[in-house]
Parts: sequence; structure tokens; C-alpha cells
Amino acid sequence: MNKLFSYLVLLVILLSLTLAAHARGTNIEINTPAITKLKQSMQQRHGQLAPYYTSGAVGLTRDGMIAMRDANAVPLAQRQSVNALVAAENQDRNALYREIARANSHPEWEKDIRATFSQRWISLAKSGWWYQAANGSWTKK
Amino acid sequence: MKNVSLYPVILALFSIILTACVTINIYFPAAAAEKAADQIIEEVWQLDDAGKNEQGAEDTRSDN
Repeated sequence: MNKLFSYLVLLVILLSLTLAAHARGTNIEINTPAITKLKQSMQQRHGQLAPYYTSGAVGLTRDGMIAMRDANAVPLAQRQSVNALVAAENQDRNALYREIARANSHPEWEKDIRATFSQRWISLAKSGWWYQAANGSWTKK
Repeated sequence: MKNVSLYPVILALFSIILTACVTINIYFPAAAAEKAADQIIEEVWQLDDAGKNEQGAEDTRSDN
């Protein structure tokens, strides 16, 4: 009987560990120094990018990135710098998706995180901004 | 004597619990990821909280 009791205690301990794992599993960790740094960098850049979202020069792609979709909407003299902004933003976004997956000890989640973000960027975009629909065509929100 | 017959039952329970642990950590928590994404996007784009939950945490997948 004593043996049975100790098995039961062990079971209860394991069960509570399982529940703890469950609680942890339903949260996504985003508070790491790397993620915070990327957020700040993107937030600073957004001030420069926002006018180009509004003008339609830059749009949100279906894979969670941004792209120059209408270079003619940007004066020639600024095109180089906008291209550089887009490239830097995409680099940060790639790093962000990778870092979130890593912070949650699941590097293989990167593509799921990217897919989630690509939907949410578009959902939260301001009206008038351009985004790429699932079929690849550009649409004005 | 009677305890001996309990071993298979206990073993089965152990394996169920262990499987549950593994299952929980394999599935991508879609709803939680959406919430985390919204939080980051709101910060990066400096959006107001108004209308933040309109489409918030709806989830098409089961996430345990």
C-alpha cells in the first residue's frame, strides 16, 4: 500500500508539471533583449517609412515583409534612401521572426510566426495603405 | 502482491502524461502568437489601443 501511495504522489507531481508546461505552452515569449532591440529599431524607422505607406510607394507583402511597389511615387532623388529603408526594415523583420521562434525554444516556428505577423500587419494597417493579397496582387486597404 | 498488477496501469499513465507533455510543446500556439504579434505591431507602429480587439484573438486552430 505504501508503494502504491508513493506512485500516486509521483503521478500528482508529474500531472502538475504537465499543467505547468501547458500554461507555459500557451504563451509566447516576446520580452527578450534581442526582441526589444529589434522593436525599438523598427519603431524608429517607422517614422521615416510611414509617408511611403500612405503614398502607396511601399506596401506590405503577403510574407510579412515590405516592398517598394510603386517606385514612381518616390522622387528619383529619394529612391535610393527608400530602398535602403525597405531593406533595413526587412532585415529587422526577418530577425524578429527568427528571434521570437528562438526565444520560445522552437526555431521551427519561424514560418508560423511569419505567417501570423503577415496577417496582423495587414489587419492593423491604416486604411489607404497597400498590401499584397494571398494571390500576390496589390490591394489598397 | 496486488501491487504487481498495478504496474501496467501506472506505466500506461506515465506514457499518457509524457505524451501530453510532448504534444503540448509541438503545436504552435496560434492564438497566443496573434496576441504577441498585435502587441509588437502596436508598439512599432505606435497605434492607439482603440479597436485593438476587434479581430484580436480569434483562433482557427485548436491550441490545447
